[in-house]
Amino acid sequence: MSGIIKSSIARKVAMALSAFFLMIFLLQHFAINILSVFSPDTFNEVSHFMGTNPLVQFALQPVLVFAIVFHFVMGFILEIKNKKSRTVKYVKNNGAANSSWMSRNMIWSGATILAFFVLHFIDFFFPELNTKYILGDLSGMHNGEFKYYNELLHKFESPIRVGAYVISFVLLAMHLLHGFNSAFQSVGATVGRKEVMKKIGRAYAILIPLGFIFIALFHHFNGH
Amino acid sequence: MNLTLKIWRQKNANDKGKMVDYKISDVSPDMSFLEMLDVLNTELIEKGDEPVAFDHDCREGICGMCSLYINGEAHGPDRGVTTCQLHMRKFKDGDTIYIEPFRSTAFPVVKDLVVDRSSFDRIQHAGGFISVNTSGNTQDANAIPINKHDADTSFDAATCIGCGACVASCKNSSAMLFVSAKVSQFALLPQGKVEATDRVMNMVKQMDEEGFGNCTNTGACEVECPKGISLENIARMNREYLKAGIK
Ligand code: HEM
Ligand code: SF4
Ligand code: FES
Repeated sequence: MSGIIKSSIARKVAMALSAFFLMIFLLQHFAINILSVFSPDTFNEVSHFMGTNPLVQFALQPVLVFAIVFHFVMGFILEIKNKKSRTVKYVKNNGAANSSWMSRNMIWSGATILAFFVLHFIDFFFPELNTKYILGDLSGMHNGEFKYYNELLHKFESPIRVGAYVISFVLLAMHLLHGFNSAFQSVGATVGRKEVMKKIGRAYAILIPLGFIFIALFHHFNGH
Repeated sequence: MNLTLKIWRQKNANDKGKMVDYKISDVSPDMSFLEMLDVLNTELIEKGDEPVAFDHDCREGICGMCSLYINGEAHGPDRGVTTCQLHMRKFKDGDTIYIEPFRSTAFPVVKDLVVDRSSFDRIQHAGGFISVNTSGNTQDANAIPINKHDADTSFDAATCIGCGACVASCKNSSAMLFVSAKVSQFALLPQGKVEATDRVMNMVKQMDEEGFGNCTNTGACEVECPKGISLENIARMNREYLKAGIK
């Protein structure tokens, strides 16, 4: 098996598997966030459950962190390898004639998402880890009520932050417009159902990021 | 038609090479692209200059020898054709045309527009064949029933002429379309199933050793392929490879 992960196809499949995991995670994250629009109480309860359930915390969360790190590290490795495969560039190259802008710029949309992740981790993930595992406060409470919804509102106050959030999700949509189908193609799952997969991919890539953007704008304009 | 040609000139594999401008006049719209270059070369030879070296053989779109990256696309702006099948009517009077060799680390330039595509041959040698016993009692291939869909799909894959346009067009210089066509052609037929595991493992290994890049599914190869080889072949090869890896 060690020879296999070095091969180009094995790397592609590994890239696709990490992407599948990220796409499922994204769906689940969306399902929870959208609750904040309809019912702050349910949002608080589910957030608290996710934040304190040992299975989520000590099994899923480490896999998620691994998938994210693996995905972008492998993305950069492949990019470098591919650049080396053509050391003399074309004087004139018409990439738009045969491929989408999204497909040719995965590394840039990816890098933007990475920047977003850094911001997101500083905003939510690191403070959470600090409160829970360093300060040892697992209550999820602040001033006598669940803190999650209030924290969310607080983060969506600044227009600059909301702007950055929106831009990141537009780039995520672009990443997925190519990525969703690419991942299925990589595992050989598109044979005979190319057109259907394209439609599903487009729907996912546009609707999910749009949903996140909606949530951010909703709280920005409705928040206290 | 009067045209300005910007052509890559490179004396040999070690030369740095550069783009050189040429003016050409009275080009007939009915000429093929290669005939236009023939006219240019005749003029160069008459002037005592070195003619432009380029690959060609059949000049009817079946051998895969002609190459050229024309105005930023492999085999030029037309679809489903090789450079020998590209006509000058696809261009306009007064156009400037960029002509470069196919670029890939695995396709080193030999001279001017000629590149060495023997990396493809080595991939073929690694597994692009079936072993048949020729002792005299070989079964007639036509006596083996094969369902129509598989036979057609296999035949479509077999139309790949090994031109390398897929590699030249790919932003990653990936050879996946070529290799997947060769793998699929056999994988779909009973004769090919016997050596399927070794074939896909060995051909992919050779492909990686030659220095081709990693496919990121941009789909550029499929658009530029003169034979319309489908991306489905790549998905099929990935499947074959996974199957072989698990075995
Ligand atoms: C951390 C920042 C990220 C970076 C730097 C990054 C980079 C990349 C790159 C360079 C590729 C192209 C490689 C290839 O197709 O082989 C890629 C593919 C992909 N990415 Fe990302 N990405 C990031 C985050 C994400 C996220 C958050 C998601 C989904 C929620 C995602 C989903 C995908 C998908 C589905 C593919 C296609 C996989 C495939 O072709 O098999 N990426 N990524
Ligand atoms: S797959 Fe198409 S572009 Fe690639 S070598 Fe074969 S015929 Fe040429
Ligand atoms: S010269 Fe044979 S395909 Fe063009």
